[in-house]
Parts: sequence; structure tokens; C-alpha cells
Amino acid sequence: MELVLNPEESAFQKEVRDFLRTSIPPEIKRKVDLGLKLVKDDYVVWQKILHERGWIAPSWPKEYGGPGWSPVQRYLYEEELAAASSPRLITFGLKMLGPVLVEFGTDEQKARYLPRILSSEDWWCQGFSEPGSGSDLASLSTRAVRDGDHYVVNGQKTWTTLAQYADWIFCLVRTSTEGKKQAGISFLLIDMKTPGVTVRPIKTLDGGQEINDVFLEDVRVPVDNLVGKENDGWTVAKFLLGHERFGIAGVARSKKQMERVREIASKEMKRGRPLIEDARFREEMAQVEIDLTALEMTELHLLSEQAAGRKPGPESSILKLKGTQVQQAITELLLEAVGNRAAVFDPAILDDDWPGPGNDGPAIPEHAATVASHYFNWRKASIYGGSNEIQRNIIAKAILGL
Amino acid sequence: MNFTFTEEQLLIRDMAERFFRDEYDLDTRRKHQAMPGGFCPETWAQFAEMGWLALGIPEDLGGVGGGSVETAILMEAMGGGLAVEPFLSTVVLGGGLMIRGGSPEQQGDLLPKLAAGELLLAFGYAEPQSRYDLNDVATTAKADGGGYVLDGAKCVVLHAGTVDKIAVTARTSGDVRDRAGITVFLIDADAPGVTVRDYPTVDGLRAGDVTLSGVKVGVEAVLGEVGNGLELTEAVIDRAAALIAVEAAGVMAATTQCTVDYLKERKQFGRPLGDFQALQHRMTEMYMETELTRWLGYMAVVRQDGDDRSAAARAAAQAKAKAGQAGRLIGQEAVQLHGGMGVTDEMFVSHLFKRLTMIDHVFGDAAHHVERLADMDIGDAAA
Ligand SMILES: Cc1cc2nc3c(=O)[nH]c(=O)nc-3n(C[C@H](O)[C@H](O)[C@H](O)COP(=O)(O)OP(=O)(O)OC[C@H]3O[C@@H](n4cnc5c(N)ncnc54)[C@H](O)[C@@H]3O)c2cc1C
Ligand SMILES: Cc1cc2nc3c(=O)[nH]c(=O)nc-3n(C[C@H](O)[C@H](O)[C@H](O)COP(=O)(O)OP(=O)(O)OC[C@H]3O[C@@H](n4cnc5c(N)ncnc54)[C@H](O)[C@@H]3O)c2cc1C
Repeated sequence: MELVLNPEESAFQKEVRDFLRTSIPPEIKRKVDLGLKLVKDDYVVWQKILHERGWIAPSWPKEYGGPGWSPVQRYLYEEELAAASSPRLITFGLKMLGPVLVEFGTDEQKARYLPRILSSEDWWCQGFSEPGSGSDLASLSTRAVRDGDHYVVNGQKTWTTLAQYADWIFCLVRTSTEGKKQAGISFLLIDMKTPGVTVRPIKTLDGGQEINDVFLEDVRVPVDNLVGKENDGWTVAKFLLGHERFGIAGVARSKKQMERVREIASKEMKRGRPLIEDARFREEMAQVEIDLTALEMTELHLLSEQAAGRKPGPESSILKLKGTQVQQAITELLLEAVGNRAAVFDPAILDDDWPGPGNDGPAIPEHAATVASHYFNWRKASIYGGSNEIQRNIIAKAILGL
Repeated sequence: MNFTFTEEQLLIRDMAERFFRDEYDLDTRRKHQAMPGGFCPETWAQFAEMGWLALGIPEDLGGVGGGSVETAILMEAMGGGLAVEPFLSTVVLGGGLMIRGGSPEQQGDLLPKLAAGELLLAFGYAEPQSRYDLNDVATTAKADGGGYVLDGAKCVVLHAGTVDKIAVTARTSGDVRDRAGITVFLIDADAPGVTVRDYPTVDGLRAGDVTLSGVKVGVEAVLGEVGNGLELTEAVIDRAAALIAVEAAGVMAATTQCTVDYLKERKQFGRPLGDFQALQHRMTEMYMETELTRWLGYMAVVRQDGDDRSAAARAAAQAKAKAGQAGRLIGQEAVQLHGGMGVTDEMFVSHLFKRLTMIDHVFGDAAHHVERLADMDIGDAAA
């Protein structure tokens, strides 16, 4: 066990840090620092900068455009991405479909889709969940019926994150109703411009609009867009979900958020002194930091095992579950820190460009403007990516043998 | 000792619960929110007609009498219905100040109007630097001829943008955090020098930031004793904290109920989610925490009508801390158990969750009141 970076790793860290901090456009950095809404362009502009540098897909094999980094290097990179106040990378292409195609895709599929994911030309979204199939994903009922060299798809997907920006959607569809429900599922790539695809926004509790219903009505999809074998989509889906869970721990982003807690606590007052001087509040921060560090070390351990050749197993459920708990605990600290002004709602923060606390809106300090919305919005983290209850079920079954 | 409701109180409860069940659903609430001022004047008039605004006001002043328990019963029902009307600011805070601190002339002049639904009030006690400390008052009131000139800023004043009069704490002497030297003034919302920046709150009510610059008032604007306003403020806020703890219990009961209903309906893995014991236990916890909050809340409400101020303060702090903690747990759990539906604006549960969250942030959050109780403990030991 070794916690100190070796000279090469330190040099790598410095290289990454220098590049990221000098390349992040200031207006995007400001939005990230203040937790403001990011629009499609913000993500794409940033992803293109990383793509040009060759760093957009750290986990991809080198032959497909990855940088060929070790797990330690990837970990350091994640840290620096967060520390530089950069937008989250949109995971659907980079961390979900990309690895899926590398593992299951045909050569044509790889050649057609992977480069456009790397260059952010295609924005992908994830069409798994349906109104009747959330936790019980395998019960999904969107039908795909073979008609010559096409599938005709009918059904509804829901909770589809940022579908309003998407060019493509990867879907789980039912191609057979025979046998176990898992056995009749296929993994299909659908162009959002195909006739019959309709996107309807769902307003979330913070007033935002990041999730959608996606209706599929007689959508004709070429059979070439099938990934893996027909009726073998569940294997693909499980592979993808395992990847999704790893990314979701968000340790680096949580560390960055703890800095934000500290910053806000030095601006807010309590009993005539900055809140940060209050021992009771600092104890609460310390408690979250204990949990965060424990999580980080558990992740590091799992990463090291992976580096030694072990396949990611059900332990990734720990990362998803505890990672989102820590993230949510931090949103609670932020909320507590801003005190009664948590109640102030400036609807303008939902706009694409919030100029800051002007004369028209409420007199909410900039640092407090998005704290309550963020707290509300982030309740999603324990629901998506396989809810935390489902993660517990996985641990109970797959690890404890219950 | 008798810790149960009288016949009369049960009547109030039934009537209020029926009103919010039959006439005040989520769509009604949305409509009210969209009206100028963020509430419905006709509904307010209905409140007056039903005698709700007259609760706690003596009969000779246009009221129907009664103690704080009656008000709490009403607020519990309002909690379950997520009412957006300015009851808390007008009746509990404004009316509370008048009843406890008003001179006979002030009471005679204003309370009948309040009871009739013709007067809306707000109370500005918080400032940007004050956090939850009521003694932290930087707003000044300087003696000027026969009256005072007020300068300063009050933040997150509930319904400040729609009311007729705003009560504020201001310093007539002493330093920012001194306990002595605070005076409560009742000023006209449209007096020269008063500006209100009005905004929605995250839980669907309205509030405003109030700026006072060179606001001239006469001595008749003083509520209670000059320099002794903190005592009045603390008594009124403690009572409001106890009452809102009971309101919170109403929100919690609705939150638990809608979660139970949803999980009975929603099927996954071929059966209702409510069949899963892991989820049943969490709903049981929500239910129990609701009960505990409610009865602790009613105890605190009863204490506010007694003579023992330190018992009243302790009880209010306990009730408000509990409401904050249980509210957080119940709100978060309810959203979680609804799955994706829980984070949508469409569902009642997300609005209940936001209200519970913001109840924790008014009159001091759970951490504030726990700390206050701990400080009271040392105070007692030292005495
Ligand atoms: C903001 C957001 C973004 C999302 N983005 C996407 C996306 O881009 N693409 C996509 O396909 N999906 C997405 N989802 C959907 C997400 O994966 C589902 O919400 C999730 O799987 C839960 O399903 P559900 O909402 O139907 O809840 P349900 O399955 O109805 O669950 C309700 C509650 O019951 C619990 N529960 C269910 N089964 C059990 C059990 N057996 N034991 C114990 N507890 C149980 C759940 O944990 C939850 O608390 C998103 C969701 C959200 C909230
Ligand atoms: C100090 C002490 C004093 C006692 N005194 C008496 C006495 O005076 N007279 C008497 O008759 N008995 C007495 N008991 C026994 C007591 O009632 C039993 O211990 C208790 O009913 C649990 O039974 P068990 O120990 O067999 O545990 P089990 O029933 O084996 O339970 C083990 C664990 O599983 C949980 N569990 C069990 N079933 C379920 C379920 N369906 N769902 C979820 N969780 C479940 C339990 O809560 C427990 O945590 C005493 C026990 C103790 C510890």
C-alpha cells in the first residue's frame, strides 16, 4: 500500500492541472462554481477542448481514442477535472455507449459511432426506464417488431436525461415475450430525427427541465442498429449499468463541493462571526469528510484491484450508494450554511444566463442563489442509476449471499 | 392534566380538514400562487368568514377568543393542504405582536380589521447578518423630534410585498448584538423610504427584502416598550415556532399518507411496492416521527399560553428542532420512495417536501434550536 504519488504520477498531475485550469472558459467556470444551469453549448465547448487534447475518454482503450492511462492517472485526472470547476462530462456516450460498443459493437458500429462520440458531434441519451418499468427494468414493454431489414418500435421511455439535446438514443426494447423477461430484450440505437420520435419535457421539483418523456410511435430502425445479438440486450445492459455505477461515486466532485461549503461558510455569519468559525458547523463538515475519505479509499482499493486485472463486481454498488449519500449530505451542509436565505427563490436562475443578483430579482447573494434548488434537485442521485434500495438488494444477494 | 382536544376544538379541526380536502387541491394552490401577491383574496375572505382570522383575538375586539391550541389545529390542517395564504405572517406574527404588545388604542384600531380580513401584516425580524439570532439587529431607529427615523434592511420577510403594515425590529440603543435597546415598530408598507423587493420562496409562498431608508414614524408606531422589544419578539417568535411545528406535523401526515397511497398502487416486480418490508419499515418510521412531532408541538403550543416564559422558550425550541429533523427525514424518504415521480413538479409529494424543508429554515433551523437548548441548560446550571 502506497499513498504517495511517484515522480511520474506527480508530473502527470501537474501537466493535467496546468492544462485544465488554463483551458476552462471563464464563463463556464463561473456557472459551474455557482451551480448555475449549463446549456448544451457549455458542455460541447468544453468536451471539444478535452477532445483536442486527446483526453476526452480516459477509460477507452488506446486503439479507440483513449489516452492509455493507468487507473491512478485516471483518478488524478478526475480530481483535476473537478478542481478546475469544469462541467461534468456527459456520460451517455463517453461512459456508457462507448464502452458498450467497444465490447459488443461490430466493426462498422465502432467506426461509425465512436469517433462522433469523441468529437461530441453526437449527443446520446439513455432510453432504459419506462413508466411501468423503473426498478424492475427487465419488465420493459417497448416493442420492436422485425419488418424486413428494419425494426418497428412502439412504446414510451421516461426520465430520459437531456433528451432535448440528443441526436441519438440507445434503447432497451422487447423483441420477444417468450421465456424469462430478461431473455427477450434487445439493445437498439435510434436516431432521434426518425419520424415517430417525440420528446416531451418533465418539469422537476426545482423548476428545472432536464428529464423528458420520449414517445416512440412506429419508429423504423435499421437492423444494423442492433448492438449485440437479438434478445441478448440484457447482457449489454448489465455491462453498461456496471460502468454507470463506477462513475457515479463522484468523489472528486464531492471534494470540490466541500470547498464550496467552506467558502460559503466563510461568507455567512453566525453570532457576529463567520460561520466557519463555529465549531459545531465545522464538526458537521468533519463528519461528512470522514465519510468522503472512507469512500475515496474504498474506491481507490477497488480501482487498484481492477488495475491488477479483476473485473468490476457488485462492490461497485457500494460506490454508487455511499457516493450519492455523501453528495446529498453535502447539499444539506450547503443548505444549512445559507440559513434563512435558503428560502429565497429567484426564478431567473433557471434561465440560460443568470447575470447575478441584479436590481430586479431578489437580493440573494450570488453564493446562495442555487443552494436550495441544488438540494432539491440532488435527491435524484439516490433514485437514478439503479436506486439505492436496488443497490442494497444487489449487495444482499450478490455479496452477502442472502 | 388532559392532553386531548375538546368538542369545540374537534369541530374546528373537522371543518378545517374538510375545507382543505374538498376545496384546496394542488391545482387550486397553483392558481393561488399565480395571483398577484401569491395568494387568493377570495379564499382569504372565506378564512375570515369561517372565523379563522379571529381566533385568539378577544371577543370585544372583533375576535372569537380561544387559545393557541385552536390556532394550532387550524395550522395543522393548513399544513396538510399546503395553504399559501398569509396566515402565519398576518395572524400569528402580526396578530401575535398586537395582542401581546399592542396598546389598547392599537388593538382597538387594528385587531377588528385583522379579524375581518381587511388587514394584512408582516414581521421583519431577520437581517442578512443575523442568521437566526433575534437580538442581532443592525437596523436603527433614531429619535427625531417627536418620533423616530428608521434605517436598515430586513430579509426574507414573509409576504412583505403584499401586506398593509410591516412590523420591524430596530435598535433604539446599544450595539448590534445587545439584548437591550431593541424596539418593535409598526410601519405602513407604503410609507416613504420603505422599499420591498418581493419574490417567491422556494416552497411556493412569497417573501420580500425590506429596505428602510430614512423612514419617519411617530411614537404611536411603537409596539410594546421602547428598548424592550426583544422580549416581545422572542415571545411572538417562540409561539410562532411552536405553531409552525404543528403545521409541520400536518405536512408530515400528508406526506406519509401520499407515500403510503402511492406505494399501495405502484407495482414493480409483479407486486405493489408496499409489499416490500424494507419500504414498509421506512414508512412506519415516517408515521412515528409525525406522531412525535405533532404531540411535542401541541405541548409547546400549550406552553406559549402559560406564564412561564423559560418553559415556553424551551418547549418551542424542542418542538421546532424536532419539526426540522423529522421534516427532513420524512420529506427525503417520501421523495425517495416515490422514485422518479418524487422529483417531479407534477406530484404533491415534491411540494410537501419543499415546504417541510423551508419550515426548518424559518424561525431557526434544527441545529439552531438544539444549540439554544444546550445553552439554556448551562444557563440553568449556572443559576
Ligand atoms: C433525474 C433522473 C434522471 C434519470 N435519467 C434517466 C435516463 O437518462 N435514462 C433512463 O433510462 N432512466 C433515467 N432515470 C430513471 C431511473 O433509473 C429510475 O427512476 C429508477 O430506476 C427508479 O425507477 P422508478 O422511478 O420507476 O421508481 P420505482 O421503481 O417505482 O421505485 C420507487 C421506490 O421503490 C423502491 N423499490 C423498488 N423496488 C424495490 C425493491 N425490490 N426493494 C426495495 N425497494 C424497492 C425504489 O428504490 C424507490 O425508492 C432517471 C431518473 C431520475 C430521477
Ligand atoms: C433481555 C431480554 C429479555 C427477554 N425477556 C423475555 C421474557 O421475559 N419472556 C419471554 O417470553 N421472552 C423474553 N425475551 C425474548 C424476546 O421476546 C425474543 O428475544 C424476541 O421476541 C425475539 O426473538 P428471538 O430472540 O428468537 O429473535 P428472532 O425472532 O430470531 O429475530 C432475530 C432478528 O430478526 C428480526 N426479525 C425476526 N422476524 C422478522 C420479520 N418478520 N421481519 C423483520 N425482522 C425480523 C428480529 O427483529 C431480530 O432483530 C427476552 C429477550 C431479551 C433479549
